[in-house]
Amino acid sequence: MGLLGVYFRRTVTILRSEVLVLPSRIAVLVFIVALMALPLFTQDYYFLRVLILTSIFAIFAASWDLLSGFTGQMNFGHALFFGVAAYVTALLNLKLGLPPYFSIPLGAVGGVLTGLVVGIPCLRLKGSYLALTTLAFPIILTGLVFAIPDVTGGELGLAGLSRLTGSRVMDYYLTSGLMVILGFAMWKITDSKTGIILHAIREDELAVRTSGVNTTRYKLLAFCMSGFFAGVAGGLYAHFMRLAGPSGLEVGLSFQVIIWAVFGGMVTIYGPIAGVFILYPLMEVLRVALDSFPGLPEMRMFIFAALVLLTLLFMPEGLIPWVRDKVEIECPRCKVRNAFNRKRCRVCDAVLD
Amino acid sequence: MILDIIIDGLIKGSVYALLAIGFSLVLGVARIINIAHTALYMTAAYLIYVGTKLMGLPAPLAMVASVVLTVLLGLLVYTLFIKPIQEHEAAVLIATIAVAMMIQEVFLMVFGGHYLGVNPLIDGYATILGVKVTYQHLLALGLALVVLVATRLFLVKTRLGLAIRSTAQDREVANLMGMNVTRVAMSTMAVSVGMAAVTGAIVVPLVTVEPTMWMHPLIMMLAIVVLGGLGSIEGSFVGAYILGFAESLVVFMVPMGSFLKDSVALSIMILVLLMRPEGLFGVSFEEER
Repeated sequence: MGLLGVYFRRTVTILRSEVLVLPSRIAVLVFIVALMALPLFTQDYYFLRVLILTSIFAIFAASWDLLSGFTGQMNFGHALFFGVAAYVTALLNLKLGLPPYFSIPLGAVGGVLTGLVVGIPCLRLKGSYLALTTLAFPIILTGLVFAIPDVTGGELGLAGLSRLTGSRVMDYYLTSGLMVILGFAMWKITDSKTGIILHAIREDELAVRTSGVNTTRYKLLAFCMSGFFAGVAGGLYAHFMRLAGPSGLEVGLSFQVIIWAVFGGMVTIYGPIAGVFILYPLMEVLRVALDSFPGLPEMRMFIFAALVLLTLLFMPEGLIPWVRDKVEIECPRCKVRNAFNRKRCRVCDAVLD
Repeated sequence: MILDIIIDGLIKGSVYALLAIGFSLVLGVARIINIAHTALYMTAAYLIYVGTKLMGLPAPLAMVASVVLTVLLGLLVYTLFIKPIQEHEAAVLIATIAVAMMIQEVFLMVFGGHYLGVNPLIDGYATILGVKVTYQHLLALGLALVVLVATRLFLVKTRLGLAIRSTAQDREVANLMGMNVTRVAMSTMAVSVGMAAVTGAIVVPLVTVEPTMWMHPLIMMLAIVVLGGLGSIEGSFVGAYILGFAESLVVFMVPMGSFLKDSVALSIMILVLLMRPEGLFGVSFEEER
């Protein structure tokens, strides 16, 4: 009992001193609690399906941010990791009969290897060259998928994977729980020493190299980590939809993930997650809403694109950084973030203006 | 067979060259990766369809009108959505993607996903060395070459062309030499969109007009621009013919070729990049100051 009490008190202390002091962290806490408590209120099949897909794509968008946002290696073909992992997972599940808890991690390993294969030729490229070259890889693979339909199932893809878990609610807890854990892991990575080096590479690669850091190794590491997280998302998607097809490699998906991430706010990890959680359900709502006017043409994507354009016009940094700067101020002396209503910094007591 | 490949490769190469040069002009001068470039090419094609099929205008008039309207649309998009957020590179990228999607959706809403076609300007075919080549193909090839030469002359001989080339080389110094960089960027945008629209006008009788017709040229155009070296006009020109011929070779010679045409073109691009990371005619950009 005594030990439990110690842990309880420590948790409360961390909550009080680290989480409850900042509005953004309170928002994250509320969000996680709401996400976990949601099946208590509704177990609607369709509703949970939307949220499961949202969680999967949130992992995917955050993994893009890890590579392209933090490390600055603009990736236009992020769907490659997603699609490869989905195919690897599907093949392992269908041909070898591996259950999801083996096939998804192995699919993620497939994502890591893809990261290596793509990363090595891309190491010498910078900026726009890199962006446009990475766009090529998923398209090349799509061509191969269509050319060897015996292995890949061609246009129809590989269908009939085993279910993720037994029930929809369990699926929900698995995906949303993984989303929270992996999102937190990515956020921690960007906060670690490795993350600082990655961030520095984005700002000035030459300066980092002059400081004696092997930037090649760190850039490859970023490709592999991003491939891993995107691979988990791809594997989850394959098992949840029970299908791995060429749609997982589409240019549209690569563009979609960039839109989610930039809309939510790049270089934050939580921004892209929030972006997906706003935009993906919104698309579903729009579809349901527009379906009730049968006379109207399909204008869902049009509204989506217009919305993204208008948001960017007013908040070019993305939605979440814009909101964050409204509710928090950075201490001018020690660069620690503070709630907007504080007069003095919570760490160094400097006067905030 | 061989002549088929040559004619087809020449036309594809010229079309891609027109698209890629327009794209790399804007990339060089304004540092914008304009994903909507081929969507504007599609716009011109649709406008010609509207002009000739629905309104019954004579074809040359419809072509001119569609080019003018497309340029106006391009400039409108540039001033409304791209210029205000120009400093935010990622935001500009998303903005152009969103614009392309909006254009696609508008055509999907108005015309549906149907495959539409436009009558050729002239019917009939010539027989060259025993191979039938329609006059329309020859006309498209001729027009494309004329526009390419005109662009070349414009860039080399006129003051605006000089301004565009120097701004692409070094924005800051061009500004110091008294060029209005914003105005140059605007004119470049107009020229670039104009080239996309002219391309659309030239090829519209040869292709099916449908709302996703911008995707394939977009991918080829991006590959060409990277292959030739970003911002290099000569590079885009040579790269366009390399990939144009590669595409028609694959389509004619390899079984399942139409699935693999993108893969082969893009693999060529990656192979070249492995040997020359700055592309064939790479002019490395000055670091932005």
